[in-house]
Amino acid sequence: MTLFKQIAAVTLMNFKSLPHRVGTSVVIVIGIAGVVAVLVSVLAMSTGMLETMEHSGRDDRAIVLRNGSASEVGSALGRDAARLVMDAPGIKRDSKGDPIASAEDLRLVNLFRKEDGAEVNVAIRGVGPQVHELRPELKIVAGRMFRPAVTEIIVGKAANAEFKGLNIGDQIKTRGATWTVVGVFTTDGDSHESGLMTDAETLIAAEQRGSFQSVTVMLESPAAFQKFKDALSANPALAVDVSREREYYRRQSETIGKVIYVIAYVVGGIMAIGAIFSALNTMYSAVSARLREIATLRAIGFGATAMVMSVLAEALLLAFIGGAIGAAIAWLFFNGHQVSTSGGGAAVGHLIFELSVSPALIATGIIWACTIGLIGGVFPAVRAARLPVATALRAI
Amino acid sequence: MKYFGLIWAGLWRKRARTLFTMASIVVAFLLFGLLQGLNQGFNTVVTNLNVDRLYVSAKTNMTDGLPISYGQRIRNVPGVRAVSHWTYFGGYYQNARNAIPAFATDAPELFKVYREMKIKPEYLEAMAKTRTGAVVGSELAKKYGWKVGDRVPIGTSIWTTKQGSSTWMFDIVGTFDTSEYGGGFPSFYLNQEYFTENTARGGDIVHYYLVGISDPHQATKISKQIDAMFANSTYETRTQTESALAQMQLKQIGDINFIVNAIVGAVLFTLLFLTANTMMQSVSERTPELAVLKTLGFSDGKVLTLVLIEALALCVFAAAAGLALATLTFNSGALKVIFGNFAMPLIVIGMGAGVALVLAIVSGLPPAWRARQLNIVDALAGR
Repeated sequence: MTLFKQIAAVTLMNFKSLPHRVGTSVVIVIGIAGVVAVLVSVLAMSTGMLETMEHSGRDDRAIVLRNGSASEVGSALGRDAARLVMDAPGIKRDSKGDPIASAEDLRLVNLFRKEDGAEVNVAIRGVGPQVHELRPELKIVAGRMFRPAVTEIIVGKAANAEFKGLNIGDQIKTRGATWTVVGVFTTDGDSHESGLMTDAETLIAAEQRGSFQSVTVMLESPAAFQKFKDALSANPALAVDVSREREYYRRQSETIGKVIYVIAYVVGGIMAIGAIFSALNTMYSAVSARLREIATLRAIGFGATAMVMSVLAEALLLAFIGGAIGAAIAWLFFNGHQVSTSGGGAAVGHLIFELSVSPALIATGIIWACTIGLIGGVFPAVRAARLPVATALRAI
Repeated sequence: MKYFGLIWAGLWRKRARTLFTMASIVVAFLLFGLLQGLNQGFNTVVTNLNVDRLYVSAKTNMTDGLPISYGQRIRNVPGVRAVSHWTYFGGYYQNARNAIPAFATDAPELFKVYREMKIKPEYLEAMAKTRTGAVVGSELAKKYGWKVGDRVPIGTSIWTTKQGSSTWMFDIVGTFDTSEYGGGFPSFYLNQEYFTENTARGGDIVHYYLVGISDPHQATKISKQIDAMFANSTYETRTQTESALAQMQLKQIGDINFIVNAIVGAVLFTLLFLTANTMMQSVSERTPELAVLKTLGFSDGKVLTLVLIEALALCVFAAAAGLALATLTFNSGALKVIFGNFAMPLIVIGMGAGVALVLAIVSGLPPAWRARQLNIVDALAGR
């Protein structure tokens, strides 16, 4: 009999006897499901946040801040600087020949979360008249667009759902003005939906600050970025940092993303160690339960490799089931679950996002599960192979 | 106690199984200790914060700022001991990645409000005499190798000087010790007068008034009084205690409590199955032995107790080891960065002990009950 046939035969026999060992087998499945569920759920937070942030940027858009600014809140661009930026080469022009760009002003306002009444910083973005050309993803889903020069404001769909007092007709007080909510917008699920939007000039007039904080431009093409950047760097009248929009938003959530990663892997790692011990337990008792069978098979000529493989296959199968259950739990309970945090960087104020259990995450979970199963299976497998046949048969 | 030998022998009947089960429980309680410790740590830090300090900021949003003139009016409120302020300067050293937590302030008053901060009086005198002076936390000074007398350039992305520059020069006139406060205390201070005079525009602003009060019991009353004083003005205020402010900031990050409890819940749930399974196996293997015990005259209740105590010994010993490991991690200073001087909260140990007890009873009771119900004849016959 070839080795392969032996392995197949023993493994099949082994699987058939699994139902007799449900009690112990469940331990490994549940243990691993727990690890994978926790790992995948925590990672789903950083994945969801990253998706939302990266989604906020496009490769053919660039954002200009005062140099040295980590985010828009820590930036200030005068009117002259904003004008110079918008005149730079590389910016796409509309049908009238004007550059497609928006000089923006970002303010934070205190609002309250519906869920627990917690007070949070929400962003109000003042945008230029060309916002529709610049951000074609911006769509009004209820009410209407704000009008400039009167204190009207539109709110993001996510903000509308998350914070108190953002329904159409509600009023929001900020320094120097009281705004009326006139519409709800979406931006295809990106971070802007966590905030509010109004006309930049009106916002600046209300605040009496006389300054923009950033300029976002639509480039002729993603490749035009370098030309645009070089032109601004070469201009002695400007001291600005230019970033691709996608890069800028990714940077905002970098720190908290890393923190979540570390938490996920430290907690997941510790749990995995625990799960390895329970896997060892399960597999050792599986081997003891099959003692008679293994000894008999060995006596009639089955090789040691076949024994090792059959135990490993059992461990892997159970681990895989556990991993799949864990990932399924994470997906069922948390995929699309909406959470919010101020950790998304000051650029977007309080960020609202959905947990995202992506296929890549599920794969990570399953790989962890199988690794745990393999480690937990290997020692019992070796024990099964090394059993002295005579003693094992006598012990029965 | 005379049954100790019997329980001990039962526990180690299958050495590997008991060891692995124990190891799993140790790991689970290590995680329990670490996570709950962190959680309680946040809570303790937040509630232990000084209650005799109030923070006054603009009601609409902290970033909106308040007029400088408010300082004097707040000082006149009865019960106020000292008033200083923070004006956000931001800033960075050498390049934008080296952010400096710089604030403009009234330095002598600042150290009256934060009495636990230690600074030499001569440094404060030097600060008063040097317009362009700055006092820095000793950790920050160490990080960049700054010494008293150094002149350092600090870049800013917000405030332009009257000369149109983004770089401000400061003379380091002193250092101070923030270790009593723990992490997170802003550690670079410049003179508000210099800041206001030297900014091209908008320098006459304060982001937080820091108010020291004489009697912590008056905190609520004084807060209300301050807010009432500026109500219906252009610049309305909102006054919070230090711990309320910290709680708000923690809440903004996320629901830490929920996350910790969810993870710990998952861990313990998994563990329950493992331990219950181990005990079940152990009892079913020993069926004939238990029958012998009964034959020898052990009562049903005694057999039940024996098995339960075995489960208890397993869980409690392993849980204690896990919690001890967690405590060691905490007390080793690995977490000093976040909490300052911090030891494992005793309540976590108590909670852990409780959980271990419940775990033992829930996982030990079914097999113990089974042992109690054993019929001698059937058990000996292997039926």
